[in-house]
Amino acid sequence: MAYVEVRGLRKAYVTPRGRTPVLGGIDLSLDEGEFVAVVGYSGSGKTTLVSLLGGLIAPDGGDIRLDGVPVTGPGPERGIVYQHYSLLPWLSVRDNVALAVDAVNPGLSAAERRRITDEFIALVNLTPAAWKRPRELSGGMRQRVAVARGLAMRPKLLLMDEPFSALDALTRATLQDELLRIWGERRSTVILITNDVDEAILLADRIYPMTPGPDAVLGPAIEVGLPRPRQRRHMSLEPAYQKARRALVDFLRSSVSEREAATTEGGPRQMRPGSGTPGSPMEV
Amino acid sequence: MKIRLTSQLILPMLGAACVLLAWTVVSATIAPDLPSPARTWQESRRYILEPFFKDGEMNQGIGRLAFYSLVRVGKGFVLALAIGTPIGFLLGLSRPFHQSFDPIVQFMRPISPLAWLPLGLVIFQKSEPAAIFTIALCAMWPTVINTAVGVRSISQEYLNVGRVLKLSRSRMLTRIIVPATLPYVFTGYRLSLGLAWLVIVASEMLTGTPGVGGFLWQEYNSLVYAHIILSVLTIGAIGFLLDRLMGLVEARVRVN
Repeated sequence: MAYVEVRGLRKAYVTPRGRTPVLGGIDLSLDEGEFVAVVGYSGSGKTTLVSLLGGLIAPDGGDIRLDGVPVTGPGPERGIVYQHYSLLPWLSVRDNVALAVDAVNPGLSAAERRRITDEFIALVNLTPAAWKRPRELSGGMRQRVAVARGLAMRPKLLLMDEPFSALDALTRATLQDELLRIWGERRSTVILITNDVDEAILLADRIYPMTPGPDAVLGPAIEVGLPRPRQRRHMSLEPAYQKARRALVDFLRSSVSEREAATTEGGPRQMRPGSGTPGSPMEV
Repeated sequence: MKIRLTSQLILPMLGAACVLLAWTVVSATIAPDLPSPARTWQESRRYILEPFFKDGEMNQGIGRLAFYSLVRVGKGFVLALAIGTPIGFLLGLSRPFHQSFDPIVQFMRPISPLAWLPLGLVIFQKSEPAAIFTIALCAMWPTVINTAVGVRSISQEYLNVGRVLKLSRSRMLTRIIVPATLPYVFTGYRLSLGLAWLVIVASEMLTGTPGVGGFLWQEYNSLVYAHIILSVLTIGAIGFLLDRLMGLVEARVRVN
């Protein structure tokens, strides 16, 4: 059995106006130390998937296993980095990270916990800003704190929910490079949720495309054949990059046009991953 | 700079001048018993210029009287916070507690201080604790309600941070729930202080204890109407200052 094993995960939201099926059976698996990305359009249920994996909400069906143990609720073995940082504004950078370190290492001495906290603040280059409050930091720095907090828990699985999508393009690129470096050093097991195809290819070993909701499912995994350590420069010229990008974009495009066709016919939504007719090849 | 001078000094003074004019006109025409501004000043100047003189229990400078009232309000206010804050947190945190006590809170909230005071006198037999009891009981509701609303409106984002870390109940409280609620709590405190100051006059009038409210009632009975106006203006000025002061504290807490 894989390190992370997700089978038939389903979730619908019930509102006064009816039932909205968001996820229609998600299958996903990761080995230890793997970096996997899930790419999909906005509104396709990506955040719902993160909340389910994090155990913050309960699924309607299916199950999640991490290292053989079923996930039944939230826990520090699954760290989450959110799109909007979710830092506690009344705590300094240091205290935000320390809160996590102290919570997951109750057995360690205070000195040892302090050392771990400092280590992870240094890892994201925030030592000079350690005593600042989140509101004194730029968006990029805030997200660095959130990454440090997520990593400092030393989780078995790190979930990242569109971590860089609220940042400007230059900051986003810097943080992607930093994440690439940090992951290269530590080889954590990561699931990155994103709507940025290039971000997914740059960072991930494997990419699952997600069909647009409702009843979203994941398409067949696309392996990213790029060797590591990766460099952003010249990456787009590599045949492996172009191959991965084309496969990803083709799947996402065809899933949208099928969804539109299904909706206009008013028929049942029957699309399954892999069963779709390939759309027109997309030039990169 | 010129615009600031106009908007922050000249216009407010213009407003005050209008009120003074209306006061003069009313005292000169329809209410001859109402002292004019000039007469009010004549009869009150000693109380203002020597605010801490003391000729006897009921004849003291306005500063001294205000000090007695402030101490009494302070005691009642602190008592209100000490009781109201935990009740607010319990209402916000515990559904059974909310279901048990929210109706009581809603029921007791609109009861006037005039109604509580005699009950306080029955319970405590003395006017001073009865006054403090009344102040506390009337002033605590904004603290109770704001705290409860604050707890219930904590962003799920912050709570999720605590859930993922599996923080203990006490750490969840000290690290997330209390700091996230603090701005609401202090808004409650500010409103509570305003109410406490409102209640002081009524409770001093009814119990006859020395203080601005007691002085006001005594001077009414002695037919020194200028001192009623002096007391009213003092009450207004102190209430205004207290509100500004709590506003500053509140602003400090809000800047998270």
